[in-house]
Amino acid sequence: MNPEFNTNELLGYRRPDGKVGVRNHVLILPTITCATQAAKQITELVHGTVSFIHQHGCAQVGEDYDQTFRTYVGMGLNPNVYGVVVLGLGCETHQARSVAGEIAKSGKPVEVVSIQDHGGTLMTIAEGARVAARMVQDASAQRREPFDFSELIIGTECGGSDACSGLSANPAVGVVSDMVVDAGGTAILAETTELIGAEHLLAKRAVNEKVAKRVYEVIEQMESRAILMGVDIRTGNPSPGNIEGGLSSLEEKSLGASNKSGSRPLQEIIDYAQYPTQKGLVWMDTPGHDIEQLTGMVAGGAQVVLFTSGRGTPTGSPIAPVIKISTNTAMFEKMRDNMDLNAGTIIDGEETIQTAGKRIFEEIKEVSSGKLTKSEVLKQHDFGIWRIGPTF
Amino acid sequence: MNYKTIMMKPLDHVAIALMDLPQGALIHVRCEEKVHEVELKQDIRFGHKFAVKPIGQGGEILKYGEVIGRAVADIATGEHVHVHNLEGIRGRGDKVESRV
Repeated sequence: MNPEFNTNELLGYRRPDGKVGVRNHVLILPTITCATQAAKQITELVHGTVSFIHQHGCAQVGEDYDQTFRTYVGMGLNPNVYGVVVLGLGCETHQARSVAGEIAKSGKPVEVVSIQDHGGTLMTIAEGARVAARMVQDASAQRREPFDFSELIIGTECGGSDACSGLSANPAVGVVSDMVVDAGGTAILAETTELIGAEHLLAKRAVNEKVAKRVYEVIEQMESRAILMGVDIRTGNPSPGNIEGGLSSLEEKSLGASNKSGSRPLQEIIDYAQYPTQKGLVWMDTPGHDIEQLTGMVAGGAQVVLFTSGRGTPTGSPIAPVIKISTNTAMFEKMRDNMDLNAGTIIDGEETIQTAGKRIFEEIKEVSSGKLTKSEVLKQHDFGIWRIGPTF
Repeated sequence: MNYKTIMMKPLDHVAIALMDLPQGALIHVRCEEKVHEVELKQDIRFGHKFAVKPIGQGGEILKYGEVIGRAVADIATGEHVHVHNLEGIRGRGDKVESRV
């Protein structure tokens, strides 16, 4: 335990399952694309509710069905959510009732409203808004209470990388990752695609042979998807913006991206949208796509996300605050609307990687205790599921 | 003129421009104890890489002390190193000759 900081200084909302949220949202959770518009209408009627738009939830099978189901349930289970109104159509493969049943096991308030049962859109909106309004008022009566880093899961992510990402913001997030782990918390490393070429460095840090073996397995699975498609992965990653910023190959991007993981041992590799079984540094197997990765980590229980960017991004989540960190000062100045912190100070020679890391760590404390991030203020409610099978 | 650049590891073939650098600029790139004197063959934009030592065609290119790709042409000291003369080795489905 690092004696330099008092770890017991966060304020959050204790849930019936013992977990702690840093937000107190009522989530309107549409399990099917046909219910997303009604869900959006409810959020416009009822203050304190959030939702997301998506195109999934029907005609999905096998592992793809399971992954989407796990993602919906994980969004509801995230400790930042006080209660959930699950909104369904009625005939879809991802039944609202099954999703609600899994979330209800946590002891949180859960209600189901189905469009076919309630006789159409307007009645559904009315019923959904009615139950949501009651939940919001109950949620507002709950007070924040002290908790510490051992109950916090931090997601780490980089998007719109440039050549500075690997020099400034990513190593600074690596410092934070180590601080969170040393304080007894959990840090998620993800973006398997963007670790191709850096896997040997991570395998060396695995806690045991099994985890080290798994590192090579998930990398091989991701790489073989590109090989099977007969494409150069560089046509999609690094992206045109990465290349414009000076990154020439996926390996170069990966070596910079892996810096976010700091230096602590790798405890386990978890599936997309899976809640970690270990504390410390864990790796979630996700693609590099910013929103799909973000969604996987939030559905896996991350209460706060650190997101570094060199090109700039508006990304946010409906339920987890996303602290966005610029890798260079010029972009930070240009995109102040979206970027929360600047690590370009490292490039400018004004700050060391260590001091920038400590500054980000302080911001986590503030945000975990209630300070809003820019994407929350701007209502940037991004959501995207990593689909691993075709729709039928 | 004080040109800002960074070279990550002594074994690296490339350094990174931390400001826009003009063609012809004479740059002293320091990495740990070693200093490389480099005359730039092209303008190098902020965030982009240039070679601090010659790289033969087909040779592996190192940054962070690790392989970031391979040279598709001979690269002279001071040349811009990017997608025109560096190719990634990983995830190259386009390089698979015959697929079942």
